[in-house]
Amino acid sequence: MRIGVGLPTSTPPLGAAHRGPELVDWARRAEAGPFASLGVTDRLVYDCTDPLVALAAAAAVTERVRLVTMIIIGPVRPAAVLAAQAASLDALSGGRLTLGVSLGARPDDYDAAGAAWRGRGRALSDELAAMRDIWDGTTVGPRPARPGGPALLVGGGSGAAFLRAARYGDGYVHGGGPPRAFAGAADRARAAWVDAGRPGAPQLWGQSYFSLADPEAGAAYLRHYYAFTGPFAERVAAGLLDSPKAVREQVAGYAEAGCDELVLLPATSDPSELDRLADALA
Amino acid sequence: MRVGICGGGPAGLYLAVLLRRAGHEVLVRERNPPGVTYGWGVVFSDESLAELRDADYETYLQIDAALVRWSSIDIHYAGERIRSTGHGFAAIARTTLLRLLAERAAVLGADVAFSVEVPADDPLAPFAGCDLVVAADGVRSVLRSAFAGQFGTTFTPTASKYVWFGADLALPVFTFIFSPTPQGLFQVHSYPYDAHRSTFIVECSEAAWRSAGLDTMGEADSLAFCQSLFEPYLGGHRLLSNESVWRTFVTVRNRAWHCRVGDQDVVLAGDAAHTAHFSIGSGTRLALDDAIALAKAFVAAPGDRAAALAAYEGDRQPVVERFQEVATDSARYFESVSRYLGFAAEPFAFNLLTRSGRIGHLNLTARDPVLVNRVDRRFAAAGPGRLVVPAPLFTPLPLAAGCTLANRVVVASGTLDEAVDGLAGEAHAAALDAAAATGAGLVVTEEVAPTADGRVTIGSPGLWTDEHAEAWAKLAARVHEAGSKLALRLTHAGRRGATLPRGRGLDRPLPAGGWRLLAPAPLPYTARSRRPEAMGPGARDAVRAAYGDAARRAADAGVDVLVLDMADGYLLASFLSPLTNPVSDSTAAAAEGADGLEARAAYPLEVLAAVRAAWPAGRPLAVRLVCDDRLAGGLTAGDGVALARRLAGAGAGLIDVAAGHTVPEAGADYRRLFNAGLADRVRNEAGVAAVVGGHITRLDEVNTILAGGRADLCRLDPGRYQRGALP
Repeated sequence: MRIGVGLPTSTPPLGAAHRGPELVDWARRAEAGPFASLGVTDRLVYDCTDPLVALAAAAAVTERVRLVTMIIIGPVRPAAVLAAQAASLDALSGGRLTLGVSLGARPDDYDAAGAAWRGRGRALSDELAAMRDIWDGTTVGPRPARPGGPALLVGGGSGAAFLRAARYGDGYVHGGGPPRAFAGAADRARAAWVDAGRPGAPQLWGQSYFSLADPEAGAAYLRHYYAFTGPFAERVAAGLLDSPKAVREQVAGYAEAGCDELVLLPATSDPSELDRLADALA
Repeated sequence: MRVGICGGGPAGLYLAVLLRRAGHEVLVRERNPPGVTYGWGVVFSDESLAELRDADYETYLQIDAALVRWSSIDIHYAGERIRSTGHGFAAIARTTLLRLLAERAAVLGADVAFSVEVPADDPLAPFAGCDLVVAADGVRSVLRSAFAGQFGTTFTPTASKYVWFGADLALPVFTFIFSPTPQGLFQVHSYPYDAHRSTFIVECSEAAWRSAGLDTMGEADSLAFCQSLFEPYLGGHRLLSNESVWRTFVTVRNRAWHCRVGDQDVVLAGDAAHTAHFSIGSGTRLALDDAIALAKAFVAAPGDRAAALAAYEGDRQPVVERFQEVATDSARYFESVSRYLGFAAEPFAFNLLTRSGRIGHLNLTARDPVLVNRVDRRFAAAGPGRLVVPAPLFTPLPLAAGCTLANRVVVASGTLDEAVDGLAGEAHAAALDAAAATGAGLVVTEEVAPTADGRVTIGSPGLWTDEHAEAWAKLAARVHEAGSKLALRLTHAGRRGATLPRGRGLDRPLPAGGWRLLAPAPLPYTARSRRPEAMGPGARDAVRAAYGDAARRAADAGVDVLVLDMADGYLLASFLSPLTNPVSDSTAAAAEGADGLEARAAYPLEVLAAVRAAWPAGRPLAVRLVCDDRLAGGLTAGDGVALARRLAGAGAGLIDVAAGHTVPEAGADYRRLFNAGLADRVRNEAGVAAVVGGHITRLDEVNTILAGGRADLCRLDPGRYQRGALP
């Protein structure tokens, strides 16, 4: 199993995440560290750097790491716009983009973008199919670095989401939780893949939040970030990997469940998080 | 912390005990007077008793002294009594349990008051000044109802009717009774709970309940009806009523288990939080486990209510959801148990004991090796003296004279999309070798097209030339050499044809060099798919003839089993479904008064007849059938049963049960064994031999499905095997 690390694009101390020098410094240090990828999350109605802009900044100062959205909300962006942006980033980065796409969970993001919350599942399916065609075609945007475009991961936890991943994706991206939850979702993603008649097997990606520098600030951030879920925010905060032992157990659990790549997302922007994480994984 | 507990049932009283031990101030308010309760005995498993022992040893000792224990289950069915051993359970009178808990709570200093009505308009009034208020007031919780929006409560009724009696005899062990009557099947779930009494639950379908007139009977008449029906098992003893009226079981679920009201936190426990069908006997166990988890959460996070409540919910919600899934499967079994009344006693008992998925063949063997040996012996048709008996999956299946499968496992060679002009090559040889090397008794190919324009993708293999047939002959020989048999899936893609290879997604039309698509109606598969032509008589004749030719070539090539594909939205499936064949397809059939399903099935049946005629009479012919579209307005499982029966009558010896994909966004939930319930229904209601696939990854699951009579062959998912990640 490969391990990736997140870029701090919405984490405290507030403001630091949005300043260029800090962000690209983080990206450079991740590239020099034991990480296979740099991941970003997406939220419109929040103090959050745009995921593709953040990855573009990271792409400019790195050569090796993959760049991955964990996830980007599909239906709040027109298919042609998202396809062109993703193709651009893939081309600029020399084919390092992996695009994780899902529905998100917040109606306010859809309202802000003028996108319809109702019917979003169908809209995402159409968008995924359209992006594939655009990447294969010659009319919209640049050609992606690789024929066929970036690897496409699809998220979500319903039967419809697993089917969507099997119909349109190159794999499945899980939304986070203990290894047992990932294992269950991964099994269902594989089952849908076989049922749909796809050749081979799906890529399986997982994610978890960590903070080794300041777990209390990290937990407070998660409570704030997930406040819209009500009591569930407390559970997300409780799942924060807040010690080297917790990180190692999570990594072992995901590896056993057949995860291909686990992206560890920072819950603070403290620059020492990266070194602490690298030490925990060593 | 000051805690107010609404409800003096098992959850509320046990929580009072545990929180008092931790030094919290506790008051309990119960609406009934002391000693008044409904219901008879309650069940514990060995596991739940261990939890009690760890949580409060004194309570455990007192409960333990009052328990009745047993380790067997009696199944009365078709004049036989089958006893299964190794199931450790215990029960206690509900009144005794409540008395013991109330006494213990009082000894520890909890303020317990009875006969206190909680006002529906201000349910928090009795708990003024409490930091935490626990809604432990049962399935019809007043507190939960007051804040239903915040908890996100849902209610799901089951289809059956049940009544909760007592009996004035102690049955020796847990007892199931299946009693068919002219009005329908009545079944009993019964267990002893003290030296002289048993809980005696009677359950039946709503139809049987109405047919027997129980819907209009009063309490006394319904008691007399059941007394008389189960007289042979009661041996002169009486059934007892305690407001025992017929009910519909309702599963309660809550999205959130706690909420904030002013400066108080309200949290759910026990039946107020969740119910699970009585046939898995887990209500009291779950209630007591809730109490343990909630008390523990406050030990782990002292002084931090938000963290403790989040931990409690995080701990309990997944466990309860799992129990509810198991209970739903169990309830569904009892709703449909009539369909197994033709089973011999051994498979009937095995099916019953493995109904909820908690116990499989392996686990039951550990509990009761004697019964499982008996089940396996009957499955293998081995004589009574036989001790060395193959597990069900290793029991050969004679499909036809000269075609016996070595075992009951099917493995698909998987999608390749690598044929050139329909010609199978090296990649196919490698994939079939790998599939045969799994040891499966039957290996099945990807979609093989009867005509060039019947291909799914540009890389689909075919069987429309003699050169194709020669390639298949070589492949069949390789599979035979490996000791397996070859099933060829004969598929005309219909409106799903002419697509790119499926490596980067499904149903992506070929940008150039496509071919005309055929369908019963000119409806494209997706918004991006090309529009198919509605097939006229000429096209139908040509395709039917091509199917026959392909079947003949497959026979010459040495293919063992031919699978005629009527699933996954391909040509013949699109004739069957009202979603894709909206106007009654055959006007002739309609004119003869046939119903819509019969009319839509007319052309697929013609194709089956053509294939049957071309395919050697003694060789097995299967149909892969869409038995449920999994979409409103589409084929239902009932339609699937009717179609399976019709196809079997027309020469299909085996039905491969499939569902979904008639239209692009209709799939399954993809949970473990997600097609098994459908296959079970099709097999046992239509009386056909069935193949089932769908998230089956373990050999134990195969044994369990087979021994329970839910299918005859199982298709194992490559899943983790393929990834080489198998431990």
